Amino acid sequence: MAELEAVIGLEVHAQLLTRSKMFCGCRAEYLGLPPNSNTCPTCLGLPGALPVINRRAVEMTIRTALALGCRIPEFSKFDRKNYFYPDLPKGYQISQYDLPLSLGGHLEFEVDGERRSCGITRVHLEEDAGTLHHAGEIHTSKFSLVDLNRAGVPLMEIVGEPDLRSPREAPQYLRALRQLLLHLGVNDGNMEQGSLRCDANISLRPRGQREFGVKVEVKNMNSFRSLQAALEFEVRRQSAVIESGGRVHQETRGWSEVEQATVSQRSKEEAQDYRYFPEPDLPPLRVSRELVEELRASLPEPPLRLKDRLRDQHGLGEEQAALLTERPQDAEYFQAMVASGAPPRAAANWQLGPLQALCKEAKLDIELSPVPAAELAALVRMVEAGEVSGTSGREVLAEAFAVGRLPVDLIRERGLVQVSDTEQMEAWVDLAIQQLPKAAADYQSGNDRALGPLVGAVRKASGGAANPDLASRLLRERLGRGGG
Amino acid sequence: MSLLDLSISELGRGLRAREFSSVELAEEALKRAESLDGKLGAFLRTTRELALEQARTADRRLAGEVDPPALCGIPIGHKDVLCTKGVETTSGSRILEGFRPPYDATVVARLARDGAVVVGKMNCDEFAMGSSNENSAFQPTVNPWDSERVPGGSSGGSAAAVAARLAVATLGTDTGGSVRLPASFCGVVGVKPSYGRVSRYGVIAFASSLDQVGPLAKTVEDAQLVLSSIAGADRRDSTTSPAPVGDLARALHEGVRGLRLGIPREYLEAGLEDGVREVFEGACRWLEAEGAELVEVSLPSTQYALAAYYVIAPAEVSSNLARMDGIRFGPGEPQAPSLLAAYELARNRGFGPEVRRRVALGTFVLSSGYYDAYYLRAQKVRTMVAQDFSRVFEKVDALISPTAPTPAFRLGERTQDPLAMYATDALTLPANLAGISGLSVPAGFTSGLPVGVQVLGPYLGEAMCLRVGAVVERAADVWRRVPAGFDG
Repeated sequence: MAELEAVIGLEVHAQLLTRSKMFCGCRAEYLGLPPNSNTCPTCLGLPGALPVINRRAVEMTIRTALALGCRIPEFSKFDRKNYFYPDLPKGYQISQYDLPLSLGGHLEFEVDGERRSCGITRVHLEEDAGTLHHAGEIHTSKFSLVDLNRAGVPLMEIVGEPDLRSPREAPQYLRALRQLLLHLGVNDGNMEQGSLRCDANISLRPRGQREFGVKVEVKNMNSFRSLQAALEFEVRRQSAVIESGGRVHQETRGWSEVEQATVSQRSKEEAQDYRYFPEPDLPPLRVSRELVEELRASLPEPPLRLKDRLRDQHGLGEEQAALLTERPQDAEYFQAMVASGAPPRAAANWQLGPLQALCKEAKLDIELSPVPAAELAALVRMVEAGEVSGTSGREVLAEAFAVGRLPVDLIRERGLVQVSDTEQMEAWVDLAIQQLPKAAADYQSGNDRALGPLVGAVRKASGGAANPDLASRLLRERLGRGGG
Repeated sequence: MSLLDLSISELGRGLRAREFSSVELAEEALKRAESLDGKLGAFLRTTRELALEQARTADRRLAGEVDPPALCGIPIGHKDVLCTKGVETTSGSRILEGFRPPYDATVVARLARDGAVVVGKMNCDEFAMGSSNENSAFQPTVNPWDSERVPGGSSGGSAAAVAARLAVATLGTDTGGSVRLPASFCGVVGVKPSYGRVSRYGVIAFASSLDQVGPLAKTVEDAQLVLSSIAGADRRDSTTSPAPVGDLARALHEGVRGLRLGIPREYLEAGLEDGVREVFEGACRWLEAEGAELVEVSLPSTQYALAAYYVIAPAEVSSNLARMDGIRFGPGEPQAPSLLAAYELARNRGFGPEVRRRVALGTFVLSSGYYDAYYLRAQKVRTMVAQDFSRVFEKVDALISPTAPTPAFRLGERTQDPLAMYATDALTLPANLAGISGLSVPAGFTSGLPVGVQVLGPYLGEAMCLRVGAVVERAADVWRRVPAGFDG
């Protein structure tokens, strides 16, 4: 039997960062609020209430679609997707069926440094459902509590073509998409809290065959890792079925983190008939060419291009450049540092090293860093010029970060500016050799380790102000081992 | 003689002249409703406290404002599909028993803004589905002119209450004729505005693409005053038209001289009763005498309209009523063994047979594999019906016809035959499919039962409907007649 090949397509749902919900004036931000407090007649689905389209959500969707190279038809409409579930207050979800806001684009992503492209079928707009709460597991709980705070939050669906060929590609595709959404400022990229969700369709076929195999939809993956693990599990499961002469059933399966396995949820026969029809409460949407061009003009630099540019323009490593462009705020911080005169590679090291560690510890986003980019740049410049030691620089950064003061001020107050004046330094070097004659002799007779105590003596004599690199150099010269 | 026999402008003069107060007027309406509605069944509930509070406010406005609105202090009723804040709103259905909306429908709010006084919520067919009011889950309303007969539906309570002088005017909703038909059967004026002329926000939906709120009143002028209050764009309803409403009052006095009025041949075919034909022909003669030119026109798609309507409306019903799942409204089924069983029990118990029939029908026509054959095809017919109207309105200013082929029929006469019941709306529902304006005005009586003439105008042609209707009303001169038993 020919080797089996996986065919994978992802459907990604992204909550939009609008101020209000998709069809009413309630806040789109719903986390941490008392149950059912962020609601109104429209998102509660009360009889008589009507939807009104959120213009910002439409614009964000079009911007995303444009960034993915999609076509924006002039005429679009909303449809009702009908099904019963307690988290769906109207008994239907307002979505888009046959005339979505956009069609036909592609997403570029990288796998092990290799550029790939995946087709985008469509990007459309719909509304999120509410949430259900149970005592323990849904199947054993005596009750379900309905919270409609999330109901009606704008949800953008990005449907990918079945262009992926291995489970390893899936998280990379999703990372690239998440990165794009972050750079567009339309989604917060939080998979754990579900503001970014991913379902996958996967089938297997003998390599070389054109027709697709029977596909299985996999849900419930809330991290990059679980996405890949679920798809790898499906490849193993479906391969075993096919290789033992069986047939894969078309069905929906859910990923169980506990069992590290997918579990059947419903078969094709149980699949719902959603009875889509045009939403009569909303007039068709006409998207003017002027609006499309206006939105196109507002697009940010594509993240992959930004990464390549930072790498090439500033001589950064591939990984450094990738890390700095994962989120727009990181790229902005870095570019602001460079603009303030920090040498780019040092700037990248300081940002990704000490600053990121401080931010992580303080649970602060870099945008809110108490040390702004220009100030860190000033510190980095001093360290690079040898005016401050790396160690002192890191200490000063930590303190400036903690107390919200300028690093440069702290350096001045503490007298941490290193003395690099050679005349002064030579006097301290002489003093050190007088104080530690044995070490000096040892060093002269070839014991490199004897230099350490001598440098320490110079630093001590200077009250800590001596530039240690310069001190070593001068000691080596004086003791006849210059350039060694 | 009751104060409620007077027109709105007559009442307005009395209120402004301090001959009586709004509170006294409201008291009289409430007293009549409380004592006379037992034999009519037009009210699902009176709203005494709300009415008296609004009447007191109206009296202050009448005393203090230089030019209070025409409706200030006028007792009105709302069909029970209109959400009224804090007041039980059931749509005539068990499944919404106890539902007190936390908000007012836009039309309710606009009438309150203009000082109208709400005396009660009017009975109707369950979720406005019906032509006789016999589908109300709570009680049938009877025709004030003959208690053996239906008032028409689905706004039967709204029409009967105005005819019996229990409210000065009421609001109804018209999805396939639900304002015009009961207006014709009860001898009052009923307006179906063009789709999008009046906000649907807060109107419990029957069929969203067809529903419009319209007034029922004793006179064309009264209807115009209420329409002027409720009409116009609403940012909460995206399907409302941004076009300005304009001065509708002017139309009442313009006459019909020089107008070309079309009589759709298809509307005078099978099933038209002689008595109705006679009244209609009388109205035609008056209009000619007033200077209108009458021409026969054809609306060839009319024969398909009923079938298309009974695909599109149920399709929307099946979706609109899905929110009535027994979880948030109605008694609920907490003992049900499963979620599906809970839905089935709640909906089987909560919905009446006609509603269940239409939900089933609508679910079927939208199902995968049937959508194209039914829903899509019906939408194409709908487009043809609308094109028929656009074509004739290039040649005529308005259309006139009987509102219904018969006067009010007997209670129970059509309940066993849904198709006969559906056919009651044959002359009214094409206007809903096309979204155009329409009105029914009393033109006379046959065997003691009122007969209405329907005037259809183009899209946003409410003024034209009122203009023609006012001429028929003057010539017919029947609006001061009060049904026996309600004339005390």
